[in-house]
Amino acid sequence: MGEFNVWTSLPAVAPEIGLTILAAVVLLLDAYLPKEKNRARNIAFVSAVSMAVLALTPFIWAPAPNTSELFWGGMVRHDALGQLFDVMILLAGAITVMIAVDDSGVGRRGEFHLIVIIVTLGGCILSSSADLVMIFVALETVSIPLYVLAAFRREDNKSSESGLKYFLFGSFASAILLYGFSFLYGLTGSTQLTAIAAGLNSEIVSGNLVAVLAALLMVIVGFGFKISAVPFHFWTPDVYEGAPTPVTAFVSVASKAGSFAVFMRFLIEAFGLPAVSADATSTLVVIDGQTIQTFWVNLLTVFSILSMTVGNVLALRQKNFKRLLAYSSIAQAGYTLMGLAALQAQSAIGQDIAMASITFYMFMYTFTNLVIFAGIILFVEATGRENIADFAGLQRRSPWLALAMTIGLLSLAGIPPAAGFFGKLFLFQAAVEANLVGLAMIGVLNAIVALYYYLIIIKIMYVDQGIDEDKPLAMPRSYAWVLGITSVVIIILGVIPTPIFDLAQQGAAAVRLAMGS
Amino acid sequence: MEFNFITVAFIVFSLITLGGAIGVVTCINLFRGTIWLMVSLFGVAGLMVLLSAEFLAAVQVLVYIGAIAILFTFAVMLTRSITSDKMRFTRVWVNVISAGILFVLFALGVIYPVWVANAATHFPVTDAGLATTTDLGVALVSGSQFVLPFEVAGLLLTAAMIGAIVIARDADDEGN
Repeated sequence: MGEFNVWTSLPAVAPEIGLTILAAVVLLLDAYLPKEKNRARNIAFVSAVSMAVLALTPFIWAPAPNTSELFWGGMVRHDALGQLFDVMILLAGAITVMIAVDDSGVGRRGEFHLIVIIVTLGGCILSSSADLVMIFVALETVSIPLYVLAAFRREDNKSSESGLKYFLFGSFASAILLYGFSFLYGLTGSTQLTAIAAGLNSEIVSGNLVAVLAALLMVIVGFGFKISAVPFHFWTPDVYEGAPTPVTAFVSVASKAGSFAVFMRFLIEAFGLPAVSADATSTLVVIDGQTIQTFWVNLLTVFSILSMTVGNVLALRQKNFKRLLAYSSIAQAGYTLMGLAALQAQSAIGQDIAMASITFYMFMYTFTNLVIFAGIILFVEATGRENIADFAGLQRRSPWLALAMTIGLLSLAGIPPAAGFFGKLFLFQAAVEANLVGLAMIGVLNAIVALYYYLIIIKIMYVDQGIDEDKPLAMPRSYAWVLGITSVVIIILGVIPTPIFDLAQQGAAAVRLAMGS
Repeated sequence: MEFNFITVAFIVFSLITLGGAIGVVTCINLFRGTIWLMVSLFGVAGLMVLLSAEFLAAVQVLVYIGAIAILFTFAVMLTRSITSDKMRFTRVWVNVISAGILFVLFALGVIYPVWVANAATHFPVTDAGLATTTDLGVALVSGSQFVLPFEVAGLLLTAAMIGAIVIARDADDEGN
């Protein structure tokens, strides 16, 4: 690390600095703008445009190529993977603010935008954290404001219930996570992840295998809650259904992407990677002759299978669109866990693809989920109903809305030319590279099951007869922009995924090299 | 015992601690009792400063007086029927016996390590490698230590506070 130099350290937190300034500006705008009709809308536009512009900062102040350096006293890493996660979380924040402007519950409050900005900041810093203290503070910066946002519509009992449920489950999970962290700190005397790996490999910890496994288990439980993997998913359907829809959209992408990023970094940096060739060194943590990685890979494989299967099977029975997306997001977490399990690959290319496939999947999932939620908000604001059957005949009421939602659903289902196809393909490829062919097969079978309920919705929108088909839906300009841009991004990612995937692979290689394997 | 500044300070803080404690148990009005509790806790904080444990003293003031005693005060003030209660708790013998047992236990706890414990397990107090409040302060603002989590925590608390106000505000203020 060497001597602290503020000028070389600033680029590592460039988006966060921008977001802090933006938060202050939004706070002042909310306090001083005159009270008129378009006030909240103007604040929303300022926030959204600023966050979209800030999504450029990770490229302007890019990390040195093929490095993954620690900054701010080992608190954060500055690398291409963090860069990609920053971009997707910033854009998720911008889109969330845009799709909230016409939502009756949250859009008219200036505070909503401020809290979204702070969550975005937390997500950005979370995805590049490299220290237990930083991870925990960032994770809470993502979680606590989201509890508030879930309960934002106080006049709606369902929203209050969802906020309270989210808060109780969330703080319980955070406590378990923190307990696990305290074990790791107690065993190694360090909070920095790579220093923890060194500490765990040293003589002092030998004989404490059970304690280390207990700590690891608690950390996995904590992160498992945040990414809503089975069996820690019970909060998901109720929170998704009860929270105001823009908040649900944001929970399903920002919190999930940030958590997956830091979960991946935690497992890699604290427990090491296998040697990539016969003459390379392995960085795996081995205690009393037991490789810790075997333990978490097996555990995550089981969670992956459970999440995919339970999520997809329960999604088949849902009537409410938001609940369906909740179970779908559980299943999607299951697919992504496959990428984490694939980190056991014993080749450089296998490990790189594992990391890059998680990053790419989260990248495309952000846009995919947001386009569908934008459509739901638009529809629910106009009709007040959110059951799947109510979407019947949507194509005749608003052809463009139906088209955008179809693109989103195809992407979730993994059908080309939408981006979801390559997202799943890369994950399956990573699993095969890591000798997890069985897991990949289960993933493919699950994708086929999921196809059914995604396609049913498309059929309802295009074929079924609705009760008020003659009433066209109005499309406000801000929503038209959001739906258009996200749909186009999904198609572009689905046709030419290589630029993003290559960047993710470079970032993955940098992380692997920084680990010294 | 030498008669110097430390001794005087020790006697003063002990008197504050014990006097406050007597105030807590003798006050009929519960609200006054909580105020005496704060006095007693302040005395303990003073004793900790004399033992060169500044950090514990600061935590004592911030957490016990600043948070817990204030919470007691709120609880007492919010339950009106108790505030105006003038009854005394009259089961004297139970109190005397339990207080006596507690006193003996505490006295043993203090005396045992000082006089009875084996000299081999006794370590002299040293300053070497001991973190002080200064180190803590520096760690929180040093760029090579914890400044980043410290600043992010500040933002988190701001967002949490604003969120709490939004949720708790009266419905009448909507749209302002």
